[in-house]
Amino acid sequence: MADRTALEDEDVDIGGKADRAVVRDALGVGVAVGLSGFAFGVTSAGSGLTLLQTCALSLLVFTGASQFALVGALAAGGGPFTAAAGALFLGVRNAFYGLRLSQLLALPRAVRPFAAQWVIDETAAVALAQPTRRAARLGFVVTGLTLYLLWNLTTLLGALGAEAIGDTDAWGLDAAGPAVFLALLAPMLKSGTERAVAGLAVLLGLGLLPVLPAGVPVLLAALAAPAVLWADGRRRGRGDAR
Amino acid sequence: MNVWIAIGVTVLGCYAVKLAGLLVPAGALERPLVKRLAALLPVALLAALTAQQTFADGQTLVLDARAAGLAAAAVALVLRAPFLLVVAAAVLVTAGVRAMGAG
Repeated sequence: MADRTALEDEDVDIGGKADRAVVRDALGVGVAVGLSGFAFGVTSAGSGLTLLQTCALSLLVFTGASQFALVGALAAGGGPFTAAAGALFLGVRNAFYGLRLSQLLALPRAVRPFAAQWVIDETAAVALAQPTRRAARLGFVVTGLTLYLLWNLTTLLGALGAEAIGDTDAWGLDAAGPAVFLALLAPMLKSGTERAVAGLAVLLGLGLLPVLPAGVPVLLAALAAPAVLWADGRRRGRGDAR
Repeated sequence: MNVWIAIGVTVLGCYAVKLAGLLVPAGALERPLVKRLAALLPVALLAALTAQQTFADGQTLVLDARAAGLAAAAVALVLRAPFLLVVAAAVLVTAGVRAMGAG
């Protein structure tokens, strides 16, 4: 590791220009996504959570999809544990980002507990796109800091705004949650396997909704992932002897 | 109280998985099947959540202004609109359809 660091020090000369490009990219992502904390604040307050509860979620959970899932499940009448389970399932992908990032950023052990809170879709996307460790670290920190500050600030404003405007549904703000999910989902639908998983999950989620307690259909819809993997494996096993 | 329990469990759980990723030695979760499943689970969850929050009212399935809003978001995504514009399209179209008295 020591020699790798030494190697990277050589591109410090061109670092000034490269740094600016990294910071620009990181700020772009951080600001765009950070501002959508407003949608979360409104959705959360509209779902009946208090200002304190809404802000606690953004400050302490800080992973958007999980936050939307939690307030959505609570609003639908889900119990605290099924609601939290759905949010946790969505948070699991952050562990896989962490795996990639820990090698890439080579953070000292003492720093990791603090860096962990910023391990999310956006910081991973920016850091993993960088060519050098120095750029990856810079991208991670700038994206993380911008997003964390803006996300929490706009969550507060959104929650206050929701209280001020009253019926958030009349303003169409109940469509913000599903639109956020769709925007996160769209880039993941790369191949037929992903589309099959999404399609089956929609069928399970909607089909089971009228018959099972709130929150449970989403968890069962997660079974679409292993089901499609299993079917894929079988088809491949039969198709060619790989 | 229930809400605070849900928040507490989510806070601890979500932080734990983030930290686990940084602390777990590389290789432990590198098995192809585990990686594949980890990539597909969010797809399933996000798809189910999108559908439910668009077409559900409590435990009944409904078709209302939110569907038009989601369709607008989908169009914005196909046109490669930025994240905020996608959300804004959904909100504005949903509000517009409601203002016209449909759904």
